[in-house]
Amino acid sequence: MQLKRKDILDMASLTVDEINLILDTAVQMREISTRSIKKVPTLRGKSVVHFFYEPSTRTKTSFDLAAKRLSADSVSLSKSTSSLVKGETLIDTARNLEAMHPDVIVIRHSSAGAPHLIARHVRCSVINAGDGRHEHPTQALLDMLTVRDRKGRLDGLRVAIIGDIAHSRVARSNCIGFTRMGSRVVLAAPPTMMPRGIEQLGVETTCEVDRAIEGADVIMMLRIQKERQQAGLFPTEREYARVYGLNRARLQRARPDVLILHPGPVNRGVELAPEVADGPFSVILDQVSNGVAVRMALLFLVLGGTRNANPD
Amino acid sequence: MRIRISSARIIDPGRTDRVADVVVADGCIEQVGTGPVDGRGPVERVIDGRGLLLVPGLIDIHVHLREPGHEYKETIDSGCRAAAAGGFTAVCAMPNTVPVNDSVQVTRFVREQARGAASARVYPVAAITRGQAGTRLCEFADLKNAGAVGFSDDGRPVTGSQMMRRAMEYALGFDMPIISHCEELELADGGSMNEGPVATRLGLAGIPNAAESVMVMRDLALAELTGARLHIAHVSCAESVEAIRGAKRRGVRVTAETAPHYFTLTDEAVADYDTRAKMNPPLRSAADRRAVRQGLADGTLDAIATDHAPHSTLEKDLEFDQAANGIVGLETALPLSLQLVADGVLSLPDLVARMTVNPARIMGLPCGLAEGGPADLTLIDPALEWVVDSGRFFSLSRNTPFDGWKVRGRAVMTMVAGRIVHEL
Repeated sequence: MQLKRKDILDMASLTVDEINLILDTAVQMREISTRSIKKVPTLRGKSVVHFFYEPSTRTKTSFDLAAKRLSADSVSLSKSTSSLVKGETLIDTARNLEAMHPDVIVIRHSSAGAPHLIARHVRCSVINAGDGRHEHPTQALLDMLTVRDRKGRLDGLRVAIIGDIAHSRVARSNCIGFTRMGSRVVLAAPPTMMPRGIEQLGVETTCEVDRAIEGADVIMMLRIQKERQQAGLFPTEREYARVYGLNRARLQRARPDVLILHPGPVNRGVELAPEVADGPFSVILDQVSNGVAVRMALLFLVLGGTRNANPD
Repeated sequence: MRIRISSARIIDPGRTDRVADVVVADGCIEQVGTGPVDGRGPVERVIDGRGLLLVPGLIDIHVHLREPGHEYKETIDSGCRAAAAGGFTAVCAMPNTVPVNDSVQVTRFVREQARGAASARVYPVAAITRGQAGTRLCEFADLKNAGAVGFSDDGRPVTGSQMMRRAMEYALGFDMPIISHCEELELADGGSMNEGPVATRLGLAGIPNAAESVMVMRDLALAELTGARLHIAHVSCAESVEAIRGAKRRGVRVTAETAPHYFTLTDEAVADYDTRAKMNPPLRSAADRRAVRQGLADGTLDAIATDHAPHSTLEKDLEFDQAANGIVGLETALPLSLQLVADGVLSLPDLVARMTVNPARIMGLPCGLAEGGPADLTLIDPALEWVVDSGRFFSLSRNTPFDGWKVRGRAVMTMVAGRIVHEL
C-alpha cells in the first residue's frame, strides 16, 4: 500500500487506513535506529528542507535525524536565517525554496494554516511540524504509536487530555487522531483554556480533572506556558498544580495500566508531579524515540515509498 | 440630451411603486408618468425599461476608497467606477486614509478628487478624533462646512467612554451623526475570525460576539444619555441586533447598518484559511446570520452598506492571522441583497428602501425620484443571471469571497445627475 497524498498537513485529512499505514511503517523504521550503523540508503539523493519559523529543539532534531537515517540530504532554515526577517512573504520564501528542487519541505510556523498556504504554492511535499494552535500531526502520530505499542490497539480506549487545550495543537491533532481510530477522548481544562465548540471534534469536555481521569487508559498532560498566567488565564502555578496537575494520588482513579504521555518539555511540579513524570506509567521517553520513527515513516511514504519495500 | 426610460417598475420608497416612464433632461428628472413630454424638445433616446426596476440611485454609506495614501488598493476614481458598476450613485468615504481625514484639507481633497471622478457622488465622513487616536476631538464645525456628512473613527473604536460621550454631545450642536465602529479591543485581542467551533477546528484565535455587542450597548447607553444621533456600523451578530432593537423601542436616536456578507455568509466560509473571508467584525454563525436577516426584516437594521474594503495581494496572500481585514463589496452588493427578496426576508420595496432612502436619511443626503430633482437613478434587471468575476471588477482590488458565484440581479444602467455612468 502506498500513501496517495503529497502532503501531511493535519490529522483531519488522514483516513484510518492511512494512519495505520504510517504507524506500521514507523514500526519497521524503528529498528534502523537500534542498529550500530543507523543509516539506510532509502532516500539517497532526496533533499529535505526543515523550515522552522518558530523555535523548536526537539521536533527539529527529530526530523533531522529521521532524514539523515534515511540518507536524505537535509538543511535547516530558521526565521532568523531566512528572508522572512527581510520582509519577504511566506509564499515568496516557499517559491524560492521550491526553485531549488527540494523533495520535502517540513514546516513549523506560528500561524495556523501556514503549511496549507505553502502546500498550495509548491509542487514538492509539505509536512506540517506544527502550525500555531492548529495541528501537530507528527506529534499525534508518535503519541498514537506509543499507545498502540503498549495497548496493542487504538480503539476502545479512554484517553484523557489535560491542560491548556485552547492553545494546544497537540491536543487538536490527538483529539482527531484518537477519535478517528475509535477511542473516546475526554478533555479537561480550566474553562479559560477550553476552546469553544471543541466538542464538535467528537470529544467530551470537563473542567474536573478527576472526572477526566476516571477509568482512563491514557492520560496526556499538556505543557502550561507561563505567558498564559500573565494573560490572566490562571492565577498562579501553585493553584494550577493543585487543581489541574497530575500527581500520584490522583492517578488512583485511572486504570491500573494507565499510560502517562506528555509532548514535552515538562514543567515538573506544575502540570506533572516529578514522581509521576519518572514513574512506571510514564512513556514520555518512548514518545521521543517514536518521534524519529514516525518522521522517518512519513518522509519515506510521502516520497512514494511502499510499506513492503525493504528499507535496506 | 433628453432620455426616456419607458415602462419600468418605478420603486421610490415611500413615494411610488408603479409601472411608468421617467424622462430625464438637463441632469434632472423632468417627468415621472406616462404622458408625452409637452413642448420641451425631443426625446433623443428611449431606453426600454420593460421588466426592469427603476430606483433612486443606490447609496452606500460605508466604503473605503483608500485615497489618499493607499492608491494601489483603490483610488477615488476607481472606487467610484466600481460604485457605478454596482448601481451606486453615492458613497460615504470613511476617514481611515493616510493621512486620516481629520482635517478640512483632507475633506476638501476627497471632494476635489471626487469631482474629477464624477461616476458617483462622494460624501466624506471625517474622523471623530484627531488621527483616530481617540484622545482629541476633531473640529466638527469646520469639517461639516468643508463637506463632511458624519463622523467616525471607523476601523478603530473610540475606546474611551468619556471621549465618546463628548463626541456625541458635541456633534449634537451640528446635527451630525456619530458612526460607531463597535469593538471592544481587549475582547477582540489577537482574534482573526469568529470565536466558535470553526475557529477552534482551524486553531485560529476567536473574536466573540461580545467584542461587538458590549460596545454597541455602551454606545446605545451614551446615545440615550446625550440624545445624540448614533449610527452603528457593520452589525454582525445577534446580540447587537437585539440591543439596537430594544434601544429603538425606548426611543433612542439610533440607526444601524449591516453588510451583504453578514447576511450571506457564515464563518464556515473561512474554510481552508481563505483570507478573502477575513474581515472585522468577522463572519459569524448561522444563528447570527438569521438574526441579522431578522433585523433587516423588522427594520432594526435600517440600511445595507458594503464596508467596501479594498486590499491587494500584498495584504491578503499571507498567513491567515497576518492578513488584512476586509473585502470589496460595491460590485456584488446588489445581487446579494436581492437574494433577500428571493428568500422572503424583505419585500422588494423594503429592500430598495434599505439601499436608498434609509441610508440617505441616516446621513442627511438627497435621494428620490421627484420631478425636478437630480437624476441619480439605477435601472436594475432583477432576473439577470451572471457570474461574479473579480478579474473584471472596476475596483483595483479583487478581495472578494464571492468570486465565481452565480448570482441574479444586476444594475444595467446607472445615472448620476442625468449622465449615464454605467451601462451594460
